[in-house]
Amino acid sequence: MAKSITVNLISGRTIQQGVAIESGKEKPSYRTACGIIEMDKADLKALGAWKNTNVKVTSAYGSVVVKAIEATQGPHPGVAFIPMGPWANLVVSDNTYSTGMPTFKGTPVTIEVAVNEPVLLGIELVQKQCGVIVG
Amino acid sequence: MTKTFTDVICPFCGTLCDDIEVVVSDDGKKLLEVANACVIGTEKFLHSQASDRVTRPRLRQADGSWKEISYDEAAEYTANLLAKAKKPLMYGWSSTNCEAQSVGNEIAEISKACCDNTAAVCHGTTLIAVQDIGLPTCTLGEVKNRADRVIFWGCNPAHAHPRHMSRYSIFPRGFFTGKGQMSRKLVVVDPRCTDTAKMADVHLQVEQGRDYELLNALRIALKGEWLPDSVAGIPSEKIREAADVLKSGRFGIIFFGMGVTQSLSKNHNIDEAIALTKDLNEYTKYSIMPMRGHYNVTGSGEVFAWQFGFPYSVDLTRGFARYNPGDSSSVDLLMRGEVDAMFTIGSDPGAHFPISAVKAIAKVDSVCIDPHLTPTSGVSKLHVPVAFNGVETGGNCYRMDNVPIDCRKVVEPPEGMLTDEQFLLKVRDRLKQLKGVA
Repeated sequence: MAKSITVNLISGRTIQQGVAIESGKEKPSYRTACGIIEMDKADLKALGAWKNTNVKVTSAYGSVVVKAIEATQGPHPGVAFIPMGPWANLVVSDNTYSTGMPTFKGTPVTIEVAVNEPVLLGIELVQKQCGVIVG
Repeated sequence: MTKTFTDVICPFCGTLCDDIEVVVSDDGKKLLEVANACVIGTEKFLHSQASDRVTRPRLRQADGSWKEISYDEAAEYTANLLAKAKKPLMYGWSSTNCEAQSVGNEIAEISKACCDNTAAVCHGTTLIAVQDIGLPTCTLGEVKNRADRVIFWGCNPAHAHPRHMSRYSIFPRGFFTGKGQMSRKLVVVDPRCTDTAKMADVHLQVEQGRDYELLNALRIALKGEWLPDSVAGIPSEKIREAADVLKSGRFGIIFFGMGVTQSLSKNHNIDEAIALTKDLNEYTKYSIMPMRGHYNVTGSGEVFAWQFGFPYSVDLTRGFARYNPGDSSSVDLLMRGEVDAMFTIGSDPGAHFPISAVKAIAKVDSVCIDPHLTPTSGVSKLHVPVAFNGVETGGNCYRMDNVPIDCRKVVEPPEGMLTDEQFLLKVRDRLKQLKGVA
């Protein structure tokens, strides 16, 4: 059985995310900026994953394949960060607790290595999830 | 000869920087260079010049391909969509100007729609808290000239509002803050050691989701009352040290962001942050301000509030304005499957809503009005590209401190392209005919 770890997931802006959304969400640069998970060095070690390995992130709300990179604004052991965007939104808690606001920060997720699974492009990822027929 | 526009407004974030310089070609059709803007703002201006830009509306066909249609056909489709729907959701508005928002509100009223802006997934909980207990706030000019204690709570302006610190909050030399950064103490509260936190005099690395407890502990520390050894992962001595830093200033400002609005306690976090601001005013002068994201999300709240009485999540289905976040808010409406037509403008719920809500958008007839290709346009039935607001058309916008600023047009849009407002006027006029409204 594949080794997995459980961490607390948050999402948010990064400057690379900002540049990528303004330069075109259909481009691979959007995936490079947001199809990632920033993990603490200690968590990467606990998972037994090298930096820049594709991993599968799973929560009670869904799962997504992203590239695991070492935290750029760490240390934050036990906390993982996916920049805001469709990749994060496949796994964040959609519960609004009657405030209108989904719980984008603080979703428990498990992470496992998924070397052979691809990280999809942003629009492709959402279309696939929604079953949109693309001509 | 090229032409240089000075003092151009940047239409990216709520900071609305007003010192951008843009160089355009002699005929005013090509934008060549951008100066003074941050890397994101620069990209926004330059992307308007992309050669692969979509310049005409496109309707999705049964086989999934796009068919190019005219703006008149797109307006016809949109008006019919809204006229037939029982509960259309008109969402977005934050990346367009107040003039277009106002026309949108007219359309919403005729079609008895639910209308919401991006505050729904941003500072919506802030608005709830402000309605609970009020907001002692100020302008960014006051921050620049007076603030000697600056707190960034759950926000990371180094990434999200890149010039905020250099224009207003940390580095500028103001009237009473002549030594710039040396005049100010910076306190950052964030569960990560962010690039903003790295600059802080005091960084409180709060346990994620425990902001309410820490805000409460700071209020207790101000009064010198008993605290447990550690609150939210922060030792009590450090909390007391931070409280002393806060109350020793002459003018303090608390900026807060998604770290508190999107964490579990949501509006209650903001309630407590505002209460802390109130308590600090017992010792010195303090203000608090949300770090608004989209450049005109504040304006959208203002226009909603002016025309409907509420700043977001407005439900007009009964013919009058109701406001009940959790019931009339976009994500909840979509997840309950109540929406039967989706109208998106100036935002990207496809990328920024939880996927369960996006799936509900993909199920219904939909229109996406946006200059970019986005996950929302990717799941919508009709994509209407428009001119870039703030680049190819002007219009009124509100900065994060509620100061209205007129954006400027610096370059012509590609030939034949409409602005948001022009397209919405076409939709409104056709909708009036369909509904028999004079």
